[in-house]
Amino acid sequence: MNRQSETHESNNGFRSLPILSRIKVRLHNVLSETGQAFTLFFQTLVQIFRPPLQFDLLVKQLLLIGVNSLAVVIVSGFFTGMVLGVQGYIQLKPYAVEGSVARFVCVSIVKELGPMITAFVLAGRIGASITAELSTMKVTEQIDALEVMGTNPVKYLVVPRFLACTIMLPTLTIFSTFAGIGGGFTAVVTLFDVNGSFFLLEAQKNLYVGSVLISLIKATSFGMAIAAIGCYKGFSISTAGGAEGVGTATTGSAVISLITILILDFVLNHILFNILGLV
Amino acid sequence: MISVKNVSKNFGSKIVLDGLDLEVPRGETVVIMGRSGTGKSVLLKLIAGLIPVDSGEIWFDDTEISKLKTKEMNGLRQKIGMLFQSAALFDSMTVAENVAFMLNQHTNYTKQEMLKIVDEKLELVDLEGVQNLRPAELSGGMRKRVGLARALAFNPDVILYDEPTTGLDPVTCTEINQLISDLHERLQVTSIVVTHDMHSAFSVGTLMVMLHEGRQLAHGTPDEIINIDDPILQQFVLFGAPDQILKMENPILKTYIGR
Repeated sequence: MNRQSETHESNNGFRSLPILSRIKVRLHNVLSETGQAFTLFFQTLVQIFRPPLQFDLLVKQLLLIGVNSLAVVIVSGFFTGMVLGVQGYIQLKPYAVEGSVARFVCVSIVKELGPMITAFVLAGRIGASITAELSTMKVTEQIDALEVMGTNPVKYLVVPRFLACTIMLPTLTIFSTFAGIGGGFTAVVTLFDVNGSFFLLEAQKNLYVGSVLISLIKATSFGMAIAAIGCYKGFSISTAGGAEGVGTATTGSAVISLITILILDFVLNHILFNILGLV
Repeated sequence: MISVKNVSKNFGSKIVLDGLDLEVPRGETVVIMGRSGTGKSVLLKLIAGLIPVDSGEIWFDDTEISKLKTKEMNGLRQKIGMLFQSAALFDSMTVAENVAFMLNQHTNYTKQEMLKIVDEKLELVDLEGVQNLRPAELSGGMRKRVGLARALAFNPDVILYDEPTTGLDPVTCTEINQLISDLHERLQVTSIVVTHDMHSAFSVGTLMVMLHEGRQLAHGTPDEIINIDDPILQQFVLFGAPDQILKMENPILKTYIGR
């Protein structure tokens, strides 16, 4: 998978091509990279079920991804909930339905913003860090060294990160969701004349098992996507890519992860709400 | 022991190896030399099974490497140790963890047994008391030594050296060359050394192979190499050969030195 970095010569050559040829080359590259990313994804799935699972590596990644991201996820969730509470109250008040602010905050946070905010935080924090770490290992021949020593790099490096992201994103989403509802509660109760008990009762009434399921399905999918993209971008750099290649791969990883999360969110919304009819 | 038969390797439109043939007999230290971009490091990666051949065959004793499945290749790799150009030590591990990596992955040794082997291997490369240091705390020469200790951890039949003296000062280069020669004598291991450092090549090599434009230009013992009347070979050899070679009473060398 040493195809990502283009040399300056090939960039110059690319710029001199007519626009249609450029589009063709870009499209070819995108399709080729997507194919390689899916290949790595399926290799990872195969390796997950191939013993032995190295629990020490998994635990290390769970701590790194989960525990170290907990504070930032809670803070992001809390303030998103506060903003949602303030905006919701202001928008609903003219229609005299400001009592629905709890439902507004709760449903938005649980179904949409909880998993989304957590995924955004982890894409920037963990996805980029996975890419930076793996691409540096690639450039310094550490991944080649693993292979020479008879260790499968996908099994050793990708599987623990993939599993940790897949497990930790839903877990952190639960924290960010509670923090978001807490933020909405704090904002609405302290800034406006909404009764706290009423807010909590309304929130509880509008919290369905289906909604929580949607939230967790989304979070799990986002976690898989972030890990798969982070690992693929890290592995795709060429050994000759150097520091510039590591930087490009890291930025690319964060950007592609964020876009993928948005697209995936739309697709999952369509499947879960329109096709499966979950509420 | 290792036979490379008519091997070709291209990267895009660039032909790196073009029908290369090469024999590495057991117990020899074969130096592969040639200018940058002639496919020396690519050849090592092909032998280690890190990249596939486009055509041709690579044999390790009675096994053809290019036909092996991943699991079989991983088994064969336990007979191969490799010292990378950058040493390629794992940054996140200590020296001891680096050296014990293969033992930890492929054996059921206890921690005590592994630490004993780590101490032995570090002693072999003249390093002691560095077990708990991180690679970032080591000098370039020490990193190469640790890389070599890691390559030796599984008692390999073959050691592949990729530019072992690149980036080191002359004193450390000489020490590394001496270490490679000592290991060859003590362990009777087969070695393939890729280098364009002629001092290193003549110090460690029992056989030498010159690559040029993806093919073998010349091969033989160091004495035979300096007696081959080929301008490309002699130009390459004379540019960096040590004094004891340059001062030899050899008519071919004198001819090229004169030019």
